[in-house]
Amino acid sequence: MTTVLVQYGLLLAAALFLVGLAGVLFRRNLLFTLLSLEIMLNAAGLAFVVAASRWQQPDGQVMFLIILAVSAAEAAVGLALILGIHRESGTLDPDELSRLRG
Amino acid sequence: MNGIVWISGAVAVISTLAAVTRRNAVHALLYLIVGMLGVAVVLFAFGAAFAAVLQVVIWAGAIMVLFLFVMMMLSLRTEKRAAVRLRAIIGPALLAVVLAVELMVVMTVAPPQPPAAAAVQPEQVGSSLYGPYAVVVELASVLLLVGVVGAFHLGRGREKDEGR
Repeated sequence: MTTVLVQYGLLLAAALFLVGLAGVLFRRNLLFTLLSLEIMLNAAGLAFVVAASRWQQPDGQVMFLIILAVSAAEAAVGLALILGIHRESGTLDPDELSRLRG
Repeated sequence: MNGIVWISGAVAVISTLAAVTRRNAVHALLYLIVGMLGVAVVLFAFGAAFAAVLQVVIWAGAIMVLFLFVMMMLSLRTEKRAAVRLRAIIGPALLAVVLAVELMVVMTVAPPQPPAAAAVQPEQVGSSLYGPYAVVVELASVLLLVGVVGAFHLGRGREKDEGR
C-alpha cells in the first residue's frame, strides 16, 4: 500500500467533489444541479473507499454502500420534484422559480 | 497497475468536467457515464471490487438511466434533426476508448490478479454489514422505501386529488 496512491485517490476525490460543487453553484438548470449532486456524492464515496483501503477496514466500503442508497433515493425524489416543477411552471431555471419570494 | 489508476483517474476528472460544462443535457449524461466508469476503475484499484461493480451497475447504469428517462419526459427540444450526431459522440467515445485500452492491457499484458492497493475482501464487507452495521442497513432500506413512495407520490401529479 503506497502512500502516493492514497494521496492520489484523495486528490482525485477532492477534484471530483470540486467539479460537482462548481456545477451546483454555477449551472442554472435544476437537472444539472441534481447531476452535480450525484458527482459530489460519488466523490465522497470514492474518498471512503480510499480510506478503507488505507486502514484495511471494511467500514469505508459499508459507507460507500450507504452513500449509494442515499444517492439513489435522492435521485428518485429529486427527479420526481423536477418533473413536477416542469409541469407546474414550464421552466427549470431556479432563478425564475421565485414565487415563494412574495 | 499504478499507471492505469493515474490514467483512469484523469479520464474521470476530464469527462466529469466536460459533463458539468455541456449545454445539452444528454451529452452531459454521456460524459458523466464515462466519468463514472473511470471512477469504477479507480475503486477496483483500491481493492474494492464489489464497490466497483456496484458503481458500474447502479450508478452508471440505473441512476444515469433514470436521469435519461426524465430528460426524455421533459422533452428538451434541442435536437430534432438527426437521431445520432457523430460530433456529439466523439468526445465520450474517445475517453471510453482509453478505458477500453486499459482493460485490454490489464487482461493481456499485466496479470489480472492484484489490485494496486491491498484489498478489503467482500466477505469482510458483508459480515460487517450484517454485524455491527445491521441497524444502518435497516435505515437504508427504510430510506429506499421512502424514496420509492415519495417519487411515486410526487410523480403522479395532481390531476384530481383523487381518493382523499
